[in-house]
Amino acid sequence: MPFVWNLPFFCIFLCMIAAILLSLGPRARLAWGVSFGVAAACALASLVFLVRIARADTAFAYTMGKFPAPFGNEIKGGPLQGLFGFVFSLVMCLCLLGGRTDFFADVDEKKTGLACVMLCMVLASLFVLTYTNDIFTAYVFIEISTIAACALVMAKDSGPTLVATVRYLFLSLLGSGMFLFGLVLLYAVTGHLLMPQLSAAVAKLAAAGERRGVLALSLGLMTAGLGVKSAMFPFHRWLPDAHGSATTASSAVLSGLVVKGYAVLLILLYVRVFTLDTVRALRVSDAVFVLGFSGMILGSVRAIGETHVKRMLAWSTVAQVGYIFMGVGLGTGAGVAAACFQILAHAFAKPLLFVSAGRLSAVSGHEKQLFALRGSARRAPLAGLGFGVGALSMVGIPLFGGFAAKAGLALGSIPDGTKTAVALGVLALSSVLNALYYLPALINVWSGAPAEASRPGRDDACSAAILLLAAGVLTLGLRFGPVMDLIVRGLALV
Amino acid sequence: MLTLLVQNRYAVTASVLFAVGFLHVLLHPDLIRKVVAFNIMDASVFLLLASRGTVAGRAAAILTDGGADPSRYVNPIPAGLVLTGIVVSVSVSAFSLALIQRVYGVYGTTDLRRLLEAMKKRGE
Repeated sequence: MPFVWNLPFFCIFLCMIAAILLSLGPRARLAWGVSFGVAAACALASLVFLVRIARADTAFAYTMGKFPAPFGNEIKGGPLQGLFGFVFSLVMCLCLLGGRTDFFADVDEKKTGLACVMLCMVLASLFVLTYTNDIFTAYVFIEISTIAACALVMAKDSGPTLVATVRYLFLSLLGSGMFLFGLVLLYAVTGHLLMPQLSAAVAKLAAAGERRGVLALSLGLMTAGLGVKSAMFPFHRWLPDAHGSATTASSAVLSGLVVKGYAVLLILLYVRVFTLDTVRALRVSDAVFVLGFSGMILGSVRAIGETHVKRMLAWSTVAQVGYIFMGVGLGTGAGVAAACFQILAHAFAKPLLFVSAGRLSAVSGHEKQLFALRGSARRAPLAGLGFGVGALSMVGIPLFGGFAAKAGLALGSIPDGTKTAVALGVLALSSVLNALYYLPALINVWSGAPAEASRPGRDDACSAAILLLAAGVLTLGLRFGPVMDLIVRGLALV
Repeated sequence: MLTLLVQNRYAVTASVLFAVGFLHVLLHPDLIRKVVAFNIMDASVFLLLASRGTVAGRAAAILTDGGADPSRYVNPIPAGLVLTGIVVSVSVSAFSLALIQRVYGVYGTTDLRRLLEAMKKRGE
């Protein structure tokens, strides 16, 4: 086994060790530096891993501890996991960089260290949800991710963020409860927790036509549980408050990454454990398809009515998560691949929007209302450009990542005759709706009063983050083919 | 029908408890009761797990002088899962209670409806 195959495990371990050390309570700047360094190191390691595993074009199971399958715990690495691991850690790194100024301003200095602990735990759980081959480990890290995400929302420690955290927490707990119940039902009929063994047992049951009810119930509960946590319609109510009120870095991490971790796990469950044929046969994919496109429409409709820029972006996340679920709900390999691409595209574009919006609001006296941001892009042109790239990607203009994701979804829907019309219609409608709120917001920040007399100070960290995130969005838009090819190869090996 | 219910009595009890906890977390406005209800929900899952892991007439999977013959013991994994689940449940409860205390400190109530009213009154 090549040494590089150890890297996913090292990344998980590094994040957890860093979290433990950070809880000792270092000074604010040091704590931020450590978590940034950890995210950067993980991004680098994941890149090396991705390049090697993509070249080797293989997937491997990595035994944790001394107990071999079917008793022990495993992680599984392949091209798709490598790609997610790399993008998640890179974006985490850039979110930290872009939200740096606001982070120190919004979070109480004594609590910055603890907020950094939570950032490290979020990254650790993202890695685990991507790499794990054991469904119970996945459950444990779902809970860890929930607590860490809630703590990040409340890091700002004002009244509204506390109430948003409470609502987020209790809905999330319902989600974990459903996932756990579904998991136990599955364990009761199969007797396994490791995904390959589970998959074999499920295939046997499905072939014999036994226990269909239990399988459907278990799959439905796990889907709903993960759906609540990734804000699938109609479980999305908690998201706008939580993501709209947190500090810039938290919003970017939560909207761009945390909801994706659960979606990735859902895709692993569908592809690796149940296989798409069984999911289609149990009719769960159809339900996910309907909920996905409902979320796409509703999220955008609600975003149009928002005047608070971060809440608008948060409602747009509900819509964008809908795209992911619509792709998964197509129940075909092409649909799931498009959903994976959407995960990546949104992981770059949404943090870009949040970071740019944070900077635009910083040069407008920290106002968050859209009308107060009028002309702010003239005072911070780079942030204005970043906001433009993110907005155009969300609308789905060619050249940007969001267009490629939509194109993938449209192409993926073609094999299924009945879903094609619905999918294409909803994609068209949702693009129009996206344009209805992103374009006015974009025009608003660029128009109006020219630069004020008192020019705001520079924020180099933020500029670097905006440039790199925008580069990510453009790369996904321009290198659609190779990335999609990697995803398809990865899905075959999942 | 009745035999089926009696045969699956643990699963039935667990489902009822799960539903009770679930609806309470979803619908009851009081935050402390939500935490209690969440614990009921988790306990129901632990009951289901523990009942699935039990085989009548077999001992707990602890090696004593009885030798290592696996047919004498029950499957230890469900017990391990319950244990892990309890740890998760305890930490989540602790976190929720700390959060509720913080909210109470700011708004002086643990009732979600009054909390939202108080927020509106303060113009947030």
